Amino acid sequence: MTTLEPTPAPQQRSVPKLSFTDAEAGAKTFPGSESRFFEYYKPKGRKRTHYEDVTIDVQPDPRHYLSQGWLYSFADGQAGYPLEWTVLKAWGEDTNTPPKRYAASGGQATADKVGWPATGWHEFRDPNEEWEQTIYRYNANVVRQMTQNIDNARETKAFAQWNPSWVRFVERHASAWMHPEHGLGLYVFVDANRAAPTNMHNNAISVNGMHRIRFAQDIAMYNMTLANEIEGFDGTAHREAWYQDPVWQGVREVAEHLTAISDWAEEVFCTNIVFEPLVGELFRTQLVMHSAPGNGDYVTPTVFSAGEYDYAQRDLRYTRAMFSLLTEDKEFAEHNKSIMQGWLSTWVPRCLDAARQLQPLWSQPEAKPPRFEDSLDAVKERFAGICRDLNLQPSKELGQ
Amino acid sequence: MSRQSLREAHQKIQELSWEPTFATPAKKYGTDYKFSKAGKKDPLKQMLRSYFPMEEEKDNRVYGAQDGAIRGNMFRQVQERWMEWQKLFLSIIPFPEISAARAMPLLFSTVPNQELHNGQAIQMIDEVRHSTIQQNLKRLYMNNYIDPAGFNSSLRNFHNDYCGTIGRQFGEGFITGDALTAASIYLTIVAETAFTNTLFVAMPAEAAANGDVLLPTVFHSVQSDESRHISNGYATLLMALQDEDNRELLERDLRYAFWNNHAVVDAAIGTFIEYGTKDRRKDRESYAEMWRRWIYDDYYRSYLMPLEKYGLTVPHEEVEEAWNRIWNKGYVHEVAQFFATGWLVNYWRIDPMTDEDFEWFEYKYPGWYAKYGEWWENYNRLATPNGHHPIAVEAALGNIDYQYPHRCWTCMVPCLIRQDTVHDKVDGQWRTYCSETCHWTDKYAFRPNYNGRETPNMGQLSGHREWETLYHNWELSDIVVDMGIVRDDGKTLTPQPHLDLDADKMWTVDHLRGLPFPSPNVSLNEMSDEEREEHMALYKQGGPGGRHAAAAAG
Ligand SMILES: [Fe+2]
Ligand SMILES: [Fe+2]
Repeated sequence: MTTLEPTPAPQQRSVPKLSFTDAEAGAKTFPGSESRFFEYYKPKGRKRTHYEDVTIDVQPDPRHYLSQGWLYSFADGQAGYPLEWTVLKAWGEDTNTPPKRYAASGGQATADKVGWPATGWHEFRDPNEEWEQTIYRYNANVVRQMTQNIDNARETKAFAQWNPSWVRFVERHASAWMHPEHGLGLYVFVDANRAAPTNMHNNAISVNGMHRIRFAQDIAMYNMTLANEIEGFDGTAHREAWYQDPVWQGVREVAEHLTAISDWAEEVFCTNIVFEPLVGELFRTQLVMHSAPGNGDYVTPTVFSAGEYDYAQRDLRYTRAMFSLLTEDKEFAEHNKSIMQGWLSTWVPRCLDAARQLQPLWSQPEAKPPRFEDSLDAVKERFAGICRDLNLQPSKELGQ
Repeated sequence: MSRQSLREAHQKIQELSWEPTFATPAKKYGTDYKFSKAGKKDPLKQMLRSYFPMEEEKDNRVYGAQDGAIRGNMFRQVQERWMEWQKLFLSIIPFPEISAARAMPLLFSTVPNQELHNGQAIQMIDEVRHSTIQQNLKRLYMNNYIDPAGFNSSLRNFHNDYCGTIGRQFGEGFITGDALTAASIYLTIVAETAFTNTLFVAMPAEAAANGDVLLPTVFHSVQSDESRHISNGYATLLMALQDEDNRELLERDLRYAFWNNHAVVDAAIGTFIEYGTKDRRKDRESYAEMWRRWIYDDYYRSYLMPLEKYGLTVPHEEVEEAWNRIWNKGYVHEVAQFFATGWLVNYWRIDPMTDEDFEWFEYKYPGWYAKYGEWWENYNRLATPNGHHPIAVEAALGNIDYQYPHRCWTCMVPCLIRQDTVHDKVDGQWRTYCSETCHWTDKYAFRPNYNGRETPNMGQLSGHREWETLYHNWELSDIVVDMGIVRDDGKTLTPQPHLDLDADKMWTVDHLRGLPFPSPNVSLNEMSDEEREEHMALYKQGGPGGRHAAAAAG
């Protein structure tokens, strides 16, 4: 073995031969031949779900089986997915500290020491059960349907029905919504997917991030189509509005502050529990979707309702499950609730302020939407309901 | 869409980002690299409107193939030798995939270029795809392959077995420490650009040759996302090269990352490809031949070397030495022998090598038989319990000439090429290293200063890095119970050193009683200076094939 070049492979063709091995399930009975389930985790329900099988414990935990601990640390000594990256707590995190391992300690992961789950964090399951197939099926359906809707509108000259003030409204304001979707998608959700303590959390959060980035692009592509289809439609107005128009500066300010939060749970909570109902749904549903039909536009609502569905039916759903587990935690419910109340008292006024700055938009379309105050009341009620579901008090900051 | 409107659409997507004025995104992760805000264009130009349907289509093909394979009774013709190693491979691989997803935010904090962040977000969800599609494949194997043991415990045992740490670096290395070192150089510039070829191209080819058409289906689908990730990495690298101050760090990180990837990936994938296959056609490429083509020619010569025009020195010595280890020093063979020595603390079955295998090895790696043949004959002889001990214990008793190796503190593959072993007292502990570069990695690279400059963001090597430490002097029967590698009858081991599933041919906990297992590193640290130096001098004279020094001399 002293030459430096491998033996060149001979030139003639050959193919691997297959042989009959009979290595299929059930071909033989022997110890272990029937144990066909992932035995290392406890399912939430009676049966293991497909989602659980492909998700749980891919991200390891020294409180479970990771007997040698994390192999790399940051400069400050933190490693893996530190529980300290949020101030919220889940049962077991103080008492079931990672076992001390040392020479001859053994792995210390048997059921009588650290069982599964070791902490309340591991109880979280994404109710949407997102994994590879669901992610692509869902989002592919959305973009396909949306493209068809827009194509159809173009062919039937639907945009010609729009009154001029509505054209201005869509180019400048409805389109401006692409920016917060994009910024929060990247710098709240994609950003937070590094930080939460389990794979269940981080996968759900990453899917949320993609919903937002997709919806941002949906609006951008729609805007591009409109610029090509509608004479005089200014495809750059949304940017100018987002940067300069006083009505948008409150939203931009609160969005930028959301991205500046470093606690992963706080950024997810404040965005999905506070910002989304009080600002997001206020703008998307109460204003854009309610105004469009009266102004001859049945297309924009189909674009916006896709984003609305992402949030209301999927992203809010996992967020509720994630945080209600913490407000009902058998050890830290009070601790968590008081922290979340603190977040509410900071972020509800900020979001209401941003919402109020949007108010002039309610008088811009020719066919007016419901009154601003009614719209605001509706989203406040929606927000209060979400808070009540989480056992939180919404009232003080809402000024009701 | 026309080219024109595609360009227009991509332009439009770039309008989504904005320069914040009220508050800026939290900087959670740090780097010692310096970046000036500069426009590297997003190389991907991937829009979600086309991305989601494209991936869905790829998925449909994968799941269609899976249904077809099961209907076609694929498992009647898969090789158990191969499938057993999938218990390890498919434990490892979903973790680096998901870690790559988690790594993307490290770059948000540190690389000031929003265009690139778009591509990184798509990479994130690609990686979620890869992780879960691979978990799903493992689940399918568990449900349809004859022996589910080990698949069913994979994410417990990968986290506690005796070679899990080797694979786990390839994953943890992406997400922790200096953001650029981890998420850019280690992950994209080295792992994805160089080593995914062996993972996602060589593995599928070998799987197919062993009757498994599903691994190729899944992994080619995964690999088809990879070129976009490679472009992400290259764009970041070009940005880093714009500041001369970064060169020294780039050189440090390329050196560390290339060597660690070599040590880890070649250990694992090399073993799967050479020792996990039944395909012994002489014209099938050996792992060494593939490595020469993909890593040496395609990566080193065509990708790394051209970077030198930017004033960078790429790790020539490490590349040459990696090749030297694979081709001349028997790296893969030594590793496979180590895995098989420790068969009883793994969670899969390792098939003995036969005459046909010997012939192939001798043909592909002339001189193989003289080094490893006898040991594998012993392995075969001791495969079924028959009044003797497992081969590792027979070796400890002096009945087989194999000296249980020291671990490399850095890459955690043992110091198998004995003459290259380095020992040193680092952080107050005597440590062993497989190579100069691994020694340098621990002692000089992963430190808060480097060559006299402050590197306050550099990560640290941590954890109980020698697996054997935790079980120092435990009885083997207690170790396997503690690890959870016992089958559901409560006594038969999950791992076996053969493929025979007759219960009376299988090893049980009872066969392992009264057999203590000392940690080489604990023992080393208990020695006097004199004892230690003598011990290490002899150790370095040992090999190949784990022979003791005396035997090597004689
Ligand atoms: Fe991947
Ligand atoms: Fe090493």
